[in-house]
Amino acid sequence: MARQIGEVILDLKGISLSFGGVKALTDISFDVREHEVRAIIGPNGAGKSSMLNVINGVYHPQQGEIIFRGHHLRDMNTHAAAAAGIARTFQNIALFKGMSVLDNLMTGRNLKMKTNFLQQALWWGPARREELANRLKVEEVIDFLEIEHIRKTPVGRLPYGLQKRVELGRALAAEPAILLLDEPMAGMNVEEKQDMCRFILDVNDQFGTTIVLIEHDMGVVMDISDRVVVLDYGKKIGDGTPDEVRQNPEVIEAYLGTQH
Amino acid sequence: MQFFFEVTIGGLLSGVMYSLVALGFVLIYKASGVFNFAQGAMVYFAALTFAGIVDAGMPLYVAFVLSLVVMTILGILTERIVLRPLVNQPQITLFMATIGLTFFIEGLAQIFWGATTRRIDLGIQDEPIPWLLDQYNIVVSTFDLTAAALAGVLVAALAAFFQYTRIGRALRAVADDHQAAMSIGIPLQHIWAIIWGVAGFVALVAGMLWGARNGAQFALTFVALKALPVLILGGFTSVPGAIVGGLIIGASEKLAEVYIGPMVGGGIENWFPYVLALLFLLVRPEGLFGERHIDRV
Amino acid sequence: MFYRETGQFKTSYAADQQIFPIRQDRVGVALLLVFAYLVVPVIADQYWFSAILIPFLIFSLAALGLNILTGYAGQLSLGSAAFMAVGAFGAYNFMLRIPDMPVIPAFILGGLCAAAVGILFGLPSLRIKGFYLAVATLAAQFFVIWALTKFGWFSNYSSSGVITAQQIYLFGVFAVDTPAKKYLLTLFVVSVMALMAKNLVRSNTGRAWMAVRDMDVAAEVIGYPLMKTKLLAFAVSSFYCGVAGALSAYCFLGTVEPDYFTLDLSFKILFMIIIGGVGSILGSFLGAGFIVLLPIFLNITLHPLFGLLGIDISTAVVSNLELMVFGGLIIFFLAVEPHGLARLWQIGKEKLRIWPFPH
Repeated sequence: MARQIGEVILDLKGISLSFGGVKALTDISFDVREHEVRAIIGPNGAGKSSMLNVINGVYHPQQGEIIFRGHHLRDMNTHAAAAAGIARTFQNIALFKGMSVLDNLMTGRNLKMKTNFLQQALWWGPARREELANRLKVEEVIDFLEIEHIRKTPVGRLPYGLQKRVELGRALAAEPAILLLDEPMAGMNVEEKQDMCRFILDVNDQFGTTIVLIEHDMGVVMDISDRVVVLDYGKKIGDGTPDEVRQNPEVIEAYLGTQH
Repeated sequence: MQFFFEVTIGGLLSGVMYSLVALGFVLIYKASGVFNFAQGAMVYFAALTFAGIVDAGMPLYVAFVLSLVVMTILGILTERIVLRPLVNQPQITLFMATIGLTFFIEGLAQIFWGATTRRIDLGIQDEPIPWLLDQYNIVVSTFDLTAAALAGVLVAALAAFFQYTRIGRALRAVADDHQAAMSIGIPLQHIWAIIWGVAGFVALVAGMLWGARNGAQFALTFVALKALPVLILGGFTSVPGAIVGGLIIGASEKLAEVYIGPMVGGGIENWFPYVLALLFLLVRPEGLFGERHIDRV
Repeated sequence: MFYRETGQFKTSYAADQQIFPIRQDRVGVALLLVFAYLVVPVIADQYWFSAILIPFLIFSLAALGLNILTGYAGQLSLGSAAFMAVGAFGAYNFMLRIPDMPVIPAFILGGLCAAAVGILFGLPSLRIKGFYLAVATLAAQFFVIWALTKFGWFSNYSSSGVITAQQIYLFGVFAVDTPAKKYLLTLFVVSVMALMAKNLVRSNTGRAWMAVRDMDVAAEVIGYPLMKTKLLAFAVSSFYCGVAGALSAYCFLGTVEPDYFTLDLSFKILFMIIIGGVGSILGSFLGAGFIVLLPIFLNITLHPLFGLLGIDISTAVVSNLELMVFGGLIIFFLAVEPHGLARLWQIGKEKLRIWPFPH
């Protein structure tokens, strides 16, 4: 059950990001160790989502570098991130609304599929075998997340909580090394939050996946994270274990205020 | 050298007329966010209606007023029957609905007025302006110039209307944010009726001018299609953009036909504006005056 | 009562992945194919072949092509007719200039020419979307038709670009000269390509297209290459339209000019997928059937209808009414059932499953 926290797998040095005149991130540096649960917290507009976007290549920082598994990268691009084993969920659900749950999860397997379109058009042979093999893997994720009963439902028809779970499933289907979760529990009720927490912890336990998560619910963050980074107005104001961060006066002033 | 001037001026003048058609698009798009592909069919319908009423023996101004009424009704019906049921659908769906509307209006127009070309005579001659011809040996049609002047006045009047009058402000408010406009008491239905009325008016003027030049015939709908490259160059939401875009398209189309055309056998006018728009899209997708669109993740 | 799935349990993912998971569907489709291949050639007459069946098949193929591009990949295109034209003229030129060119390869080569043109005009889709892209495809439509008319080489220097399809032989021996044989050749090509299309859309390629359609930023994050996915959609779609064009030259029209492939035809194909169902293989067939049959239906019903009222209506009025009905139906379907006839078919099957119970 105890997970061994490993070496540094992702190191961000001096990341600065601006949009026109707006500075979203200023000189952010922190690292993420393998197998840990790293939380990023901060008030709204602190730049947390932007930070995730930088990690998986959606945004390109003007300054700073990203070191992933020892490889120095000036910046990341989305394809390289996906190929390197970084998967993520989004704040506003980014599921493919026109497809079923099963199909959405299968898209997560995209980089594992090697057949070309001609083979797929013919179906019998390599394409069929590959599709079935990946279906098997996806069914494991479906099993894990307990969503068997909705696998053929178009995701647009699902309630919000289930959609979030499916989005997690799509990220898991890629068998990622690092999972970036952007407010996975936003808008959920207590039961849904407990379920989601359980899933996230199980992912970390069973598969050893490193997790970087943005979350507003302080109870959750303090409970499940190994280490926490605190951002405010694009700057880092705290970095350490939940207890250390909880007692950091700057953090208290900026964000925590009264404890929940 | 003067041939070049002739061609350019001729192109600019026809460009102003393209702007007129494009203006109809811009108005509807600004007010309701709908790209009304049927604007071309409406120009055709307006031209036929006007010509038909004149042929039935009415004087020009009566025909004008009657046609305007018809066009306004057509616009209001469109808003009610086509756009309202589709109000929450994505833009592309609305666009496709207006393609369907195009067919509907074309069929309706031809059932009512028949498909034979009707001549429209507005009393302006299509002959070279005498003093330009005598002094500088440049051939510029009186009709073209008058039409361009008329179109120019109309565009300026519309721009002023939007900018300085109370109703114009209300229209801009509706274009920006329907909910907000409603919450400050702007009557949305009336506004939309006005917009469609104005668009109908613009379509009618365009139809009359183009119809007088080329005859009220089905080919008018292709002229209207040319307004699309105009919009791409000028931006979908800009009145001045429609003018600038129109001028550029009009001039470049004529110049290309005259100077590049002979090298490849002519007929370039058919596709040149579209290819020009295409190249422009690759460089500046929102047009010269349009608003930049940023996707939020 | 009859359309029941009870007792049909899937014990493997392979069984679940079938195109027709329900046994009644499989039986139905098999019967349909048997009927189409064996019975129809015997009982149908010249009129049925040339006015209904062959155009239905050809337009289904073109609609399939457009559905792949617009329905699955979400790239709106108003230039399908232009790609058909490239396919037609491409096949013609290969048959003309290469001695003993066999038919099917000629069609495939024509399709590949169309695919190449499709990729070229699809390049803008990397930067522009929605109806801006539609305007770009208009450029393709106008330019291609102009080029085919202007440059005599394409039509072997005939006047106004008219080409006459050569007599085609299967395996060099069997002449495809009767309507029944043309119908069978068309049926064969269309059924094979429809199967391939179905395979494509249910595998990773199809998912890539749908992902790009639904949310391209998320698709990129998952690792789908946007450029390759979009261009592949253009290529495959144009290939399908190209083969449809070649078929229309050789099995339908006989004599073709570039002006047949007008913007109007592109719109018609768009209407087919809107009415039939965007993003649906079955929808392409339903829409094509609807559009092919509607004019005939109108012709048959309107004349007696108006005759009852004592009015004799001309063909011009009928064809204009046709335009109005098309337009009106488009608006109707978009407002009421945006997923078209295919969805209505699905709903019908759902009702059938629980019949005679209401729910």
